[in-house]
Amino acid sequence: MQIYLPIAEVSVNAFLLLGIGGIVGILSGMFGVGGGFLITPLLFFAGIPPAVAVATSANQIVASSVSGVLAHLKRRTVDFRMGLVLLAGGLVGSAAGVQIFNLLRQAGQVDLVVQLSYVIFLGIIGALMFVEGLNALFKSRSGAPPTRRRHNWIHALPLKVKFRTSGLYISVVPPLLVGALVGLLAAIMGVGGGFIMVPAMIYLLGMPTKVVIGTSLFQIIFVTAFTTLMHATLNHTVDMVLAVVLLLGGVVGAQFGTNLGARLKAEQLRILLAILVLSVSGKIALDLLLEPAELYTITEAMRP
Amino acid sequence: MLRLTLLLLLCALPVRSEEVIAGLSQNRVAINTNFDGSEILVFGAIKREGPIPDGALHVIVTVAGPSDPVIVRRKSREMGIWVNSDAVEVDRAPSFYAVATSGPWEDVISDTEDLRHKISIGRAIRSVGADVTDTGNFTEALIRIRLRNGLYQTRPNSVTLADATLFNTQVALPANLTEGNYTVRFYLTRGREVIDSRETTIFVRKVGLERFLFNLAYDRPLAYGVLALAIAIAAGWGASAAFRYLRS
Repeated sequence: MQIYLPIAEVSVNAFLLLGIGGIVGILSGMFGVGGGFLITPLLFFAGIPPAVAVATSANQIVASSVSGVLAHLKRRTVDFRMGLVLLAGGLVGSAAGVQIFNLLRQAGQVDLVVQLSYVIFLGIIGALMFVEGLNALFKSRSGAPPTRRRHNWIHALPLKVKFRTSGLYISVVPPLLVGALVGLLAAIMGVGGGFIMVPAMIYLLGMPTKVVIGTSLFQIIFVTAFTTLMHATLNHTVDMVLAVVLLLGGVVGAQFGTNLGARLKAEQLRILLAILVLSVSGKIALDLLLEPAELYTITEAMRP
Repeated sequence: MLRLTLLLLLCALPVRSEEVIAGLSQNRVAINTNFDGSEILVFGAIKREGPIPDGALHVIVTVAGPSDPVIVRRKSREMGIWVNSDAVEVDRAPSFYAVATSGPWEDVISDTEDLRHKISIGRAIRSVGADVTDTGNFTEALIRIRLRNGLYQTRPNSVTLADATLFNTQVALPANLTEGNYTVRFYLTRGREVIDSRETTIFVRKVGLERFLFNLAYDRPLAYGVLALAIAIAAGWGASAAFRYLRS
């Protein structure tokens, strides 16, 4: 069944879009990532113009994150205080990121910077998570107690606050910085930023994995909602028909994903997410390294 | 006296011995949500006063979508990775272009006539403002990519010409059509020279929901954005509530 998208001005198969939405929804529920790093390349592949794909996936991520957060709320695995601190940093970072994005676009190198940041950030984070996940898996098998709560430089900073849900008593400075960094990267890379925030929360802030997912989803809702509004008002690139079809698949997928995630062990979740992140990173790295079949690309000038 | 002068003047004017008369099966294409391309039947006849002149008679039908400027970029290898290095702005490239002829291209029209009337795909595109020397490669790449996507079509021998008088052809408009006025041109050639041409328009418009959303997105973007968010939040909440209900 073909469906014509009014803003993208292309006709695509509705079931393909439902499938993309569903896959991303499952991942979103399982890992607490918005799925932007996956949905945007998939939409390019389906033939959606890049500008519309980036803007509309932000809107779609809002929906799957709301669905995911509600499931996590019921299990009381959302740290609101931490979420708000991260969000405050995130909005500042996002605003700065939009400015940088515009500068890059004027220089005509936005594609390259986006691809390189995907490769670098996804690669590093994927590798770190994979190694850490494997270690934790072997430790839990051999019966040794997990050594999660380490004391490091983070505990020496001022402005300490109690984050009860996470069981942490740390300074607000590191979460603010993490939020700002994620917001900055999110605006430049056109994603929600969960795949950076989740590991940052686990490894830098030392939050328990189960709380991390709900809290990250909570923050992603607001960052992507902000992005959607920016794209809708400035670029007119949010396609509502595309968004609705994607979210039909996405919200259902998110519910299945949350259940699936609850059944797996935290270490297994981490390794699975690491493999996924590494394969996306590897794919983009190959695109940059191998000679493309078509050296030329066409960009339609935007409507005034 | 005046009448006689006028009559003489009329006689002195070169008489167009052959004219093309044309029609379309539809001159409106409505894009709705399940739009999946459209076939348009183009037909016509050749009106003739006097005997049939010498030379091979041929018909060319072109359909051109609205023209928009496009930027064509070329990748090259720098420090081991492939990056966009050169760009050329093609300031007038039709979003859709189909050329159908009643014979092989070389038999239908001469190069000078093509240059004058800008009929072939290569001539219908114009590029300016290039800061690289090989602009031709960029235009060729644009044509190659759009030919592959079915947005540009060359179809020799696809116009059926009966008794040197009646002709018809089918033009397939693809599903990824942009809105706008599509110009259909008919050229009548004899001995590879254009002897007459006609022009008509197909109106391609979004209708219904497509129209409403498109207008809302451009006229009231804030309302559109808020509506998009509201739908997203409602969908997320609705799915969550539905699953909770199903499980309990």
